[in-house]
Amino acid sequence: MSAHHEESFWSKYVFSTDHKVIAKQYMITGLFMALAGGAAAGAIRAQLAAVEPGGTGGLLDPQFYNSVVTLHGTIMVFWVAMPVLVAGFGNLLIPLMVGAEDMAFPRLNMASYWVFFASTVVLLLSMLVPGGGAAGGWTSYPPLSADPAYSGVNWGITLWILAVALEFIAFLMGGVNFITTAINMRAPGMSMWDLPIFVWEELAASVVFMLSVGPLIAGALMLLADHQFGTHFFDPKMGGDPVLFQHLFWFFGHPEVYVILFPAFGIAAEIITSHSRKTLYGYRMVVWSIIATSLLSFIVWAHHQFVAGIDPRLATPFSITTILISVPVAVSMFSFIATLYGGSIRFTSAMLFAIGFFACFLLGGVTGIINGAAAADIYIHDSYYVVAHFHYTLYPLVFMAGSAGIYHWYPKMFGRHLDERLGKVHFWGTMVFFNLVFLPQFNLGMMGHHRRIAVPTEFDFLSTPTALLMQDISSWAMAGLLLVQVPFIYNFFASMARGEKAAANPWRATTLEWACPSPPPHGNFAEPPVCFRGPYVYSPPDRQADFVPQDQPPEGDYQLPQNPIVAPSAAK
Amino acid sequence: MLHYLPIQLSTYAPDIDGVITYIYVVCGAWFVAALGVLLGFVWHSRHRPGVRAKWLPGDDKRGTAIILVPVGAVLFCDFLIEQRATPVWEKVKIDIPGEGFDVKITARQFAWVFTYPGADGALGTADDITANELHVPRQTPIRFSLEAADVLHAFYVPELRLKQDAVPGRAIEGWFDAIGDGTFEIGCAEICGKGHTNMRAVMVVASREEVDAWLAQQ
Repeated sequence: MSAHHEESFWSKYVFSTDHKVIAKQYMITGLFMALAGGAAAGAIRAQLAAVEPGGTGGLLDPQFYNSVVTLHGTIMVFWVAMPVLVAGFGNLLIPLMVGAEDMAFPRLNMASYWVFFASTVVLLLSMLVPGGGAAGGWTSYPPLSADPAYSGVNWGITLWILAVALEFIAFLMGGVNFITTAINMRAPGMSMWDLPIFVWEELAASVVFMLSVGPLIAGALMLLADHQFGTHFFDPKMGGDPVLFQHLFWFFGHPEVYVILFPAFGIAAEIITSHSRKTLYGYRMVVWSIIATSLLSFIVWAHHQFVAGIDPRLATPFSITTILISVPVAVSMFSFIATLYGGSIRFTSAMLFAIGFFACFLLGGVTGIINGAAAADIYIHDSYYVVAHFHYTLYPLVFMAGSAGIYHWYPKMFGRHLDERLGKVHFWGTMVFFNLVFLPQFNLGMMGHHRRIAVPTEFDFLSTPTALLMQDISSWAMAGLLLVQVPFIYNFFASMARGEKAAANPWRATTLEWACPSPPPHGNFAEPPVCFRGPYVYSPPDRQADFVPQDQPPEGDYQLPQNPIVAPSAAK
Repeated sequence: MLHYLPIQLSTYAPDIDGVITYIYVVCGAWFVAALGVLLGFVWHSRHRPGVRAKWLPGDDKRGTAIILVPVGAVLFCDFLIEQRATPVWEKVKIDIPGEGFDVKITARQFAWVFTYPGADGALGTADDITANELHVPRQTPIRFSLEAADVLHAFYVPELRLKQDAVPGRAIEGWFDAIGDGTFEIGCAEICGKGHTNMRAVMVVASREEVDAWLAQQ
């Protein structure tokens, strides 16, 4: 193994090229931003609970409310979901799972985090400049976002665009690393069909992100030019077209949903296999479903625009592709559910969160079909039904699968376990309050509650006793949901010093990240691991042991590969 | 959930509600079934001492079929839903009646302006009448042309089940036919700035005579 010499505090913990330190940096920055996004969510729900019939009451000025709504969406998608799920877990696990000593380009990796850090600072600053933060929703449609005369926001939007652009640069650098590492740095003996599902999912997420982000970067630059330099890309008075931005945005924006979905599915796949001692059901089918989902994700974007002024004849083709994407996603989901059958499930916090993720995500998935059918979307579009639907997909993906992953890999990251009792409080509290926050919003949407209005009680149909009751349930449950994250935050930081010490492989799992010490040293593996089999050999019929790690040599004669660079597939 | 839908004011509201109900039932059944199977498997497969997990890689023909047959059923349901929904979309958004009561709707920060044809019966002439309320005759196809003066807005009347974005630089044609009298609220469903929340107007549906009398006063 290469000699990793002693390092100073700065190069070890701050400007580190070690993928595990970078993973922690991404994850902790993401969790910090989740506090900001959660505070914004609390402010939104507080406002909606405080307004009274007749449009009186309320805590926030409508312009500030719009700004908070914009900030909430932007932070949760770009500064929580992306850094925690894609960059955090991806950085931690891809090199470990493929048996590499680090990422392919460690310095590029470090640059990725620090550009991301800069983007975080710029985003937070955008709230503090004169005129306030961006207030046009996380989609920032022009002309509203393109002219301070319309929005009342000047530097807030410029900094918002700059922050998002920096963030994309950071994730592009990360994506290059993920793809190169997963493809080129696999341990000897590890074919693509031996990769853990998590690595496949991160690979798909990186490829989809790289292929979809270009149009949005172009759109963002055009928006910036319209806003600051007086161009007219999106200004119809001068021959521009505002709908063009929507196409550029959603050509990225919908694949982005799958960029977030893939790592969450990957985390769930790793956890349900190891915590139920079952091999993954239909490994190859799952891989093909990931590939099919990736491809389809590029041709569904206009379902965000059915009633946005596109040619109505375009709606049906996009409606068909949108609803078709249920097919590959169903293959993954059904395979995961089938994996649980006949297992030996231990209800650890990680496993509970993985099961809770499936249960809640199922509802998020099926409720999306109503939006996808163009005729139903005429009524549902931009309503609270949509708000409830996408929170039923994104919350389970980011916070339930994300929490599951943290409980599962925390021992690997920090060498100690999280407290299981606090973990169960966190899980059950989250399940109860999450559902209480968002189930009433389906009803509000059916009543006709449209989105992003600061004072719904200006409207008589949103001032009925039932509507007010639904708002109150949702808001009080939001307070509960924020509250039950406190034991988790305490657990996360307190366990670093006081948690129970973790063994190298506490879950008795098969994948290569468990073949190195907890936490792994810089360079990861004492001996470069050799891969002899697929990733999920749990409870095989021909062995006494209920798991066989990927790097465990087969019984009987075997030869270590002569040339470790060339994968000896015969070694399996 | 579905009983919270507002009254069906437009002729196509029952069609849209029909699509929503159809999908609700089909997807609801899938949700209940999938959740039941998930929780059933979890309970059935809980750890018990001495019971070893099964080895089911699902990589043979039978194992693949166990997944692909229900997935085929999903695909079939997708087809049924699309078959049910497409004609309704065409009725609401594409097949605009050839004759009816014409009105131009203009959205601006943060108000609605409704322009009615004057005595000559044509829009875009000197005798047009403008108002900030929408008065329309019942049981008549209302053909509107939707425009935006500044930023994106969305014309939205829940009882009509009608929502359509207004885009600056475009005149978007649409229609509805209200079957009953009354006063209804119009909202803006696309974020349009500071006043988005109170961009409210009213729509009054009445007899043709009452609408004409009201127009004469404007």
